[in-house]
Amino acid sequence: MADILIKGGRVIDPKTDLDEVSDVLIHENKIGKIEKNIKNVSAKIIDAKGKIVAPGFFDLHCHLRDPGRPDVETIESGCQAAVAGGFTTICCMPNTTPAIDNEGLVNYIYKEAARVNLCRVFPIAAITKERLGKELTEFGELTKAGAKGFSDDGDVVVDCNVFRHALEYSKAFNVPIFEHPIDRALTKDGLMNEGIVSTRLGLSGSPAIAEEVIVARDLLVARFTGARLHLCHISTKGSIDLIRRAKEDGMKVTCETCPHYFFFNDELLAGFNTDFKVNPPIRSEQDRQAVIEGLRDGTIDCIATDHAPHCQADKELEFTNAPFGMIGFETALPIIVMELINKQKFSWLHVLEKLTINPAKVVTEKLGVVKKNAVADVVIIDPQKKWQLTANAIRSKSKNTPLLNKKLTGQVVATIVEGELKYHNPDQ
Amino acid sequence: MPKKKDLLGLENLTSREIIQYLDLAEKFAAVLERPIPFVPSLRGKTILTLFFEPSTRTQISFSIAAKRLSADIVNFSQSASSVKKGETILDTAKNIEAMRVDGVVVRHSAPGAAKILAENLDAFVVNAGDGGHEHPTQALLDLMTMRQIFGRFKDLKVLIIGDIEHSRVARSNIFGLKTLGAEVAVCGPPTLIPLAIENLGVDVFYNMDDIIQDYDVVMALRIQLERQGTGLFPSLREYRTLYGLTKERAASMKQKGVIMHPGPMNRGVEIDPDVADGSKSVILSQVTNGVAIRMAVLFIHAGGKLG
Repeated sequence: MADILIKGGRVIDPKTDLDEVSDVLIHENKIGKIEKNIKNVSAKIIDAKGKIVAPGFFDLHCHLRDPGRPDVETIESGCQAAVAGGFTTICCMPNTTPAIDNEGLVNYIYKEAARVNLCRVFPIAAITKERLGKELTEFGELTKAGAKGFSDDGDVVVDCNVFRHALEYSKAFNVPIFEHPIDRALTKDGLMNEGIVSTRLGLSGSPAIAEEVIVARDLLVARFTGARLHLCHISTKGSIDLIRRAKEDGMKVTCETCPHYFFFNDELLAGFNTDFKVNPPIRSEQDRQAVIEGLRDGTIDCIATDHAPHCQADKELEFTNAPFGMIGFETALPIIVMELINKQKFSWLHVLEKLTINPAKVVTEKLGVVKKNAVADVVIIDPQKKWQLTANAIRSKSKNTPLLNKKLTGQVVATIVEGELKYHNPDQ
Repeated sequence: MPKKKDLLGLENLTSREIIQYLDLAEKFAAVLERPIPFVPSLRGKTILTLFFEPSTRTQISFSIAAKRLSADIVNFSQSASSVKKGETILDTAKNIEAMRVDGVVVRHSAPGAAKILAENLDAFVVNAGDGGHEHPTQALLDLMTMRQIFGRFKDLKVLIIGDIEHSRVARSNIFGLKTLGAEVAVCGPPTLIPLAIENLGVDVFYNMDDIIQDYDVVMALRIQLERQGTGLFPSLREYRTLYGLTKERAASMKQKGVIMHPGPMNRGVEIDPDVADGSKSVILSQVTNGVAIRMAVLFIHAGGKLG
């Protein structure tokens, strides 16, 4: 394997607080050197002048629909989309068909990811058998097989006693419990955020408190058990306030939000565009601002995609009948550039922390770092590039994003996983 | 005035556009009084009514309106559940397009369903009710009835009573009345008043006896009997006690106040039979005006010419 020499990029690493123009030499699967003017005649050279060189993105939350819906996404197509979006590690949720609740399926994910050989795929296994919320899965066997966390994502663990036991049991394996906080009784048949827009449209609403009561419950149970809780796709001001207070009290809870919760608000649903239908729903402008503030002050640790592919036929149904979810791998970076960097003036160090080292820490992985001898997971970013997201350009099998055909700013130039160039943007 | 292809709701209409429908409907109301109540305006046009939710009166009203305009009308009803299993609404749209109809009148249980058809058809689309979203022709006929009685909308005080949350009639009326300068209030069990509705410029009340005497128009909405037992209100008996239009309540209204109901009525629940048939009730005028309004809507959107 030839060395790769990334020349003249702005190298940013949140872990080591590095932000300077430098060359990066990748030797075998490791970062060999980070120095100015590295000379290496045999290396493949990538010119990164005017570009950002950073640790590859680490996604804690995606849906690859494999096994179960190969028409919508597979591990192969999902990984293609992930590397095109700058991700070098992705954690896939277990709400597949069948659910990832046994060792065999965890092995299948690793085997298939190895065959595809694009990015690292870490399975998150189900908390309960068949995700029914009743009996715990074999955390021990599953962790040994490589499950990095446990979640019944797509649904909450309704029974609080089962949830308590899941948290307690997880302590034996030092693995996090990923909760999808949504109270089913309060959500009922809610299709969008409950508020003035749902009132105007006559669509049944899912209130912010449906998320918040479970966040509050989970924080209490996590404190009681002392286990590791990770709250998924936080979308409301109330949830962020609760988590902020818990952190101020010294709790070790972590949480994530998704690009769509800080880029869109529920006014955009006025056209009944089903590509905006996600769970939890796109919230009010006030909530969107609170998510940005939560990212700014560190209450929100991670940005995850919640990449949720659905085929066109399903998304073309009436708003009531269309499934929840939007794809996210290939739109995450542009949304972050347009909103957090360009508009909210976040620093790259601050943003990258939430895409690299922080999510890696949630699943106790020593990844997400660009320094000498670290695993060479690297992304090269063109933060100025303006481009149009066409259906053809999307590598995911599904095209369900409201950003389809929109002009975006910020593009992934190249993605390197363990020292191998897995993606090089043809337009760059 | 440039004509919009479709009529999907009143939310985005200007007062001029609304008044245009009402004025034309008055002309057609006169036609309907003639011994031979027909005009040839839409001869050769084909209009399809597509009802994915059962409704006899709205579909019949549109059919009569189309016939009075000499259009060809084809009626189709199918329950939404069988649609869910088979053809999608988009496929339905493509099939309609292939059959070259001029206009489609659609009723569907899903909010936004009419918009999907409108976006995918060259034919004009009239929304005859999309879930809890809008029912523009019902609101237009209500507005027509109010204008006939009061001659104005400015400062007209309208009270809508009942299940506001699930009511497309309430939404379309609120949008239209607010655009025309009327004062609108809603009153019902707090569990059936949607969140943040005050942001539409609507007053909210829970006790109708405190306020009913202040309103020119009191509109009772149909309470879906199936909602009993869903926890939104404890019983139909208590609903009637608190929000039913009883004789006593009707008597406490302004002398010139009127009572409206979009139908079909649950007599003895949201409205007492004596009130429905009483002197303040204009419910049958609403039904008559319904045909005139639908003639106006079909005429405008089908591009009819006044002879």
